[in-house]
Amino acid sequence: MACFVVPGTEAIVVTAAAVLLKKYEQNRAQMKLHSDGASTEAPVRTGFARKLFWLADLLWGGVILLAFEHLWHGEVVPFFPFLTAATEGPEAVSEMLSEMVSVGVLMAVLVTVIWVAMVLVSAAIEKRPAPQKAEASV
Amino acid sequence: MTLLITVFAAVITTAIWYKKSDEKMMLGPLCWMFWGASIMWLVDAIFEYAELKAEYFTPALEDMINDSFLGLSVIALALIIWVVILLIKDPRGTVRAKLLKK
Repeated sequence: MACFVVPGTEAIVVTAAAVLLKKYEQNRAQMKLHSDGASTEAPVRTGFARKLFWLADLLWGGVILLAFEHLWHGEVVPFFPFLTAATEGPEAVSEMLSEMVSVGVLMAVLVTVIWVAMVLVSAAIEKRPAPQKAEASV
Repeated sequence: MTLLITVFAAVITTAIWYKKSDEKMMLGPLCWMFWGASIMWLVDAIFEYAELKAEYFTPALEDMINDSFLGLSVIALALIIWVVILLIKDPRGTVRAKLLKK
């Protein structure tokens, strides 16, 4: 009914956090560059802000497509009060809220858990030595 | 059907992204959109399965057609969003070059 509202709220919070963290990381990198002088040749690892944007992108992508699905089924309308259940009495509102608490929260949790797994896997990949190009056979 | 179609779209887009590894085509946002929606619809499917049990796997023909139509529409919407992002960000400078061309 309106389950996408929960991951949508998480998307707003995560995007704001990612933007702030990106600014902080950029400032820190500039300060380090000023103190160290020339940059080193060491490979640059993916910053946490960029990884946080992965979560924001996953959430926003899902929320946009799910909002379209809800529009398709007539559960969301493009005018006030936007949620059809809000005009159908307290029983429908209660059902909508219970769906948000169950389905919506689980959606947000599952996306976040998968993102955590992605961050762990990406950290492991970054530690791995770069693959060597196969030598041409003689 | 919507979940199935979106999962196929996510896998195909990710495979193309991996093969081409071309930042200028901006396939990243498309991958995120499809995967995000797939995960969320998976949760929806789990709840529906818990309610319907085995009946979940034998939907009525009308429902299947409607769901397939929805799945294709979702993919069309995601592709439109991707094209708009691509044209606005214009990483290859194609749009800019066309605009500046006399």
